[in-house]
Amino acid sequence: MIEQDVLERILAGAVSGGADFAEVYAEDKRSTSAGLDDGRVEQVTSGRDRGAGIRVVAGETTGFAYTSDLSEPGLAAAASAASAAASQGGGGVRKVLLTASAPHRPNSVEQDPDTVAKAAKVELLNRMNEAARSYGPEIVQVSAGYGDSRKKVLIANTDGVLTDDEVVRTLLRISAVADGDTGMQTGYQSMGHTIGFEVFNTVDVEELAREAARQAITKLKARPAPSGAMPVVIKHGTGGVLFHEACGHGLEADLIAKGASVYAGKVGEQVASPLVTLVDDGTMPGEWGTLGFDDEGHITQRNVLIEDGVLSDYMWDFLRARKEDRPQSGNGRRQSYQHLPMVRMTNTFVLDGPDDADDIVASTPNGVYVAKLGGGSVNTATGDFVFGMTEAYLIEDGKITEPLRDGNLIGNGPKVLQDIDMLANDFTMGSPGTCGKDGQGVPVGDGQPTLRVKSLTIGGTSS
Amino acid sequence: MTMAKGSGDTSDLTELARRITALAGSGEQVEVYAARGRSTTVRAYEGEVESFKRGTSQGLGVRLVANGRQGFASAGTLDPDVAVETLAEARENASLAEPDEFVGLSEPDGVVAPDLVLLDPELHQLTDDQRVSYGLAVERAVLGRDPRVTGVRAAAFSDGWGEAAIVSTQGVDIWSDGGSCSVSVSPLAVDGDETQIGFAVDAARQPAALDIEAVGLEAIERAVEMIGAVKPESARLTAVLDKRVVASFMDIVAGTLSGDRVSRGRSPFAERLHETIGVPGLSLIDDGTDPESLSADVHDGEGLATRRNVLVDDGRLAMFLYHSASARRAATRSTGSALRGARSTPGVGVHSLSILPGDTGFDDLVSGVGEGVFIQRVNGLHSGVNSISGDLSVGVQGRMIRGGALAEPIREATIATTLQRLLLGINRIGSDVERLPGGTQSVSMSVDEISLSGT
Repeated sequence: MIEQDVLERILAGAVSGGADFAEVYAEDKRSTSAGLDDGRVEQVTSGRDRGAGIRVVAGETTGFAYTSDLSEPGLAAAASAASAAASQGGGGVRKVLLTASAPHRPNSVEQDPDTVAKAAKVELLNRMNEAARSYGPEIVQVSAGYGDSRKKVLIANTDGVLTDDEVVRTLLRISAVADGDTGMQTGYQSMGHTIGFEVFNTVDVEELAREAARQAITKLKARPAPSGAMPVVIKHGTGGVLFHEACGHGLEADLIAKGASVYAGKVGEQVASPLVTLVDDGTMPGEWGTLGFDDEGHITQRNVLIEDGVLSDYMWDFLRARKEDRPQSGNGRRQSYQHLPMVRMTNTFVLDGPDDADDIVASTPNGVYVAKLGGGSVNTATGDFVFGMTEAYLIEDGKITEPLRDGNLIGNGPKVLQDIDMLANDFTMGSPGTCGKDGQGVPVGDGQPTLRVKSLTIGGTSS
Repeated sequence: MTMAKGSGDTSDLTELARRITALAGSGEQVEVYAARGRSTTVRAYEGEVESFKRGTSQGLGVRLVANGRQGFASAGTLDPDVAVETLAEARENASLAEPDEFVGLSEPDGVVAPDLVLLDPELHQLTDDQRVSYGLAVERAVLGRDPRVTGVRAAAFSDGWGEAAIVSTQGVDIWSDGGSCSVSVSPLAVDGDETQIGFAVDAARQPAALDIEAVGLEAIERAVEMIGAVKPESARLTAVLDKRVVASFMDIVAGTLSGDRVSRGRSPFAERLHETIGVPGLSLIDDGTDPESLSADVHDGEGLATRRNVLVDDGRLAMFLYHSASARRAATRSTGSALRGARSTPGVGVHSLSILPGDTGFDDLVSGVGEGVFIQRVNGLHSGVNSISGDLSVGVQGRMIRGGALAEPIREATIATTLQRLLLGINRIGSDVERLPGGTQSVSMSVDEISLSGT
């Protein structure tokens, strides 16, 4: 994308005004998507993006400028804008020598989506549409989407770091609408991986579609969700968002540093039930939040955040780690070259516990069983968080009974972590997610075994 | 088309769009959307510039329809060679879609575009020093006023402008520009081991119109008023909804009135045209031509003039919103409601929503409720609202209402209802009309039969 000697000159120029750090992040991204709705493939689209963001740090101030012009003059202009913003005057000549990092490719892509005919991608949508509609006459509408992308990233900085990475993503989603006496209901399924088109050799796309249809039809019989606090059992592979919101964001070092997290100053303390070990791991092959290097050129790694309930560490990016004089953790991420990096999660999950999933339900006299969760959000200062349930059932006398209408659950992170009183041994990863923070969205993964929270508030209407 | 020049030479966008459109083959409809923008954001922290961010972005989107099939391709550049390749990609993509008799581009409909000036020349005269001083000022505006406010999570000033040209083989050829600036701050208020975050924002077409002091005071109030908040008891009661909350909910309601969703059977109000869906006095208007609104537009995303659309008139569902394709599907005309950027095809949406005021002052809303809850903030809208079934369940913060007055603050609670019940359950509509920074004009209101979930 950019020659090494050009990068070295641009970086040297960027710090010539006296800044203490400069970085070039360049990307070249191609994407394809296709959408089916109302029974037909309505649209196939493609997009391309190329550009660089240049960051210059002087003391506590960061200057940043981005450009879609990757020529040396284009980069130099962006570098000059970034360094003007960060400059403290003074300066001098500083030579920058880059050393290329050894490749780190957690994902092995066998079939680059670029080499696959678009017709084959469109065909997946038709198969899903067919499978969902033939699941039951109640299904009145189906929409489905396919997307793939390939992003090449080049990162260089004045510490001598030079990394390149390539991330391929393949995504499929389907939404089904069922109509019945009580109105319309919806079902949704998605799958996404950081590998190529070979994913469809193992994923049963018809099954994904039938699952969305089953969910929608099941909810036609749903009764209003209860209102108030009660035990909640969350099915494996669906509840990772709970940890993402209940504590993931609160363990990001930038929020800790500003005193905007309930977990500030709690390292070494028991912050969760002893059952809970929480890990953020950017190296899991094929998962949605997996990267070779983070978006600051730091190699991704497996970080244990909570071990047996004890808070062991936060997640770090370059600026926060530098300030605390400690290593980065591979959690500096950004949405694109037009954005500044900050501390973000990758794949965040809870490890297996000792219990059997069936026993968890059986030992819950009354409560709610959540089989599928939607998104969530958190106020990191108070720890209060909400997340949606899109498929849920009552638990009565230790048995899963009637389906419930959609609603939000609300809880307080630190309290919910302590209230996890059963954890099964059936860990699976969940579906692909997009995590939003300060206006930037990045792909993340999550996972967890079936678990029970002693008390969560269900935001339904039935008393 | 607007001639509100102000951002220098604009002909290059139009020229590029015309040149690519002219490459349409026989029987092909082509529409080119070319855009560029520049934005700057200054974030302040502890009296210093934390970050200064600037960038220029470009975007090109090409929509091509041939034999009833639509394809789209986009690029993050205005490079002419890439533009030609993008057209070729759109053509290839179109060949893979299935034919649809309703698909196609917009046809000029003779509606005259409003004469709006959406870019204030003052915005272009801003210097970087001024930007920095605005950023520092908004942080300062929350410090030293309340001993509980210890600092900020973020304080920022942003400004940006953009311009776009749309040219099509069907006779569309428009160009427009616009710009705005904003300040926002989220202070932290600490009391013992409790921390609360506040937030406030103001936006305007020129920096002089920003009220930084008011933003500071509002942000502080929103942080400190939640200190000591408790989890309420679950109950079914009457709620007074703050105008910001009303705006969030009515934006969702307006979204369900998209003709595209209606014709695909994805709206809870699909079968309800001309019927009563809300209480008397409830009127929702989408007016993209309103010069007072920051979200006003001269044209929609297909180059048609924006217009004033009355969606709900005194409780009656008066119309749905359409772009060109959804209008053809419904055998009607576009309402100028195509929304898009350069990188995506048009969808149907609201330009600038207004909820017409009633005659009850805010204090009377609260005293009229007697026993209930005042909802000041909601969260989890994206996970808690199903715009097809209409189920609505969101996390809330606010205050209990006891004896007709605001009482203790509450947190870690939800309210739930359905969009359908919400509109019919409105008790009184406030007279406290306010234009919110996003452009929506809203009022407070009281709503019966809301389920509050807490302990």
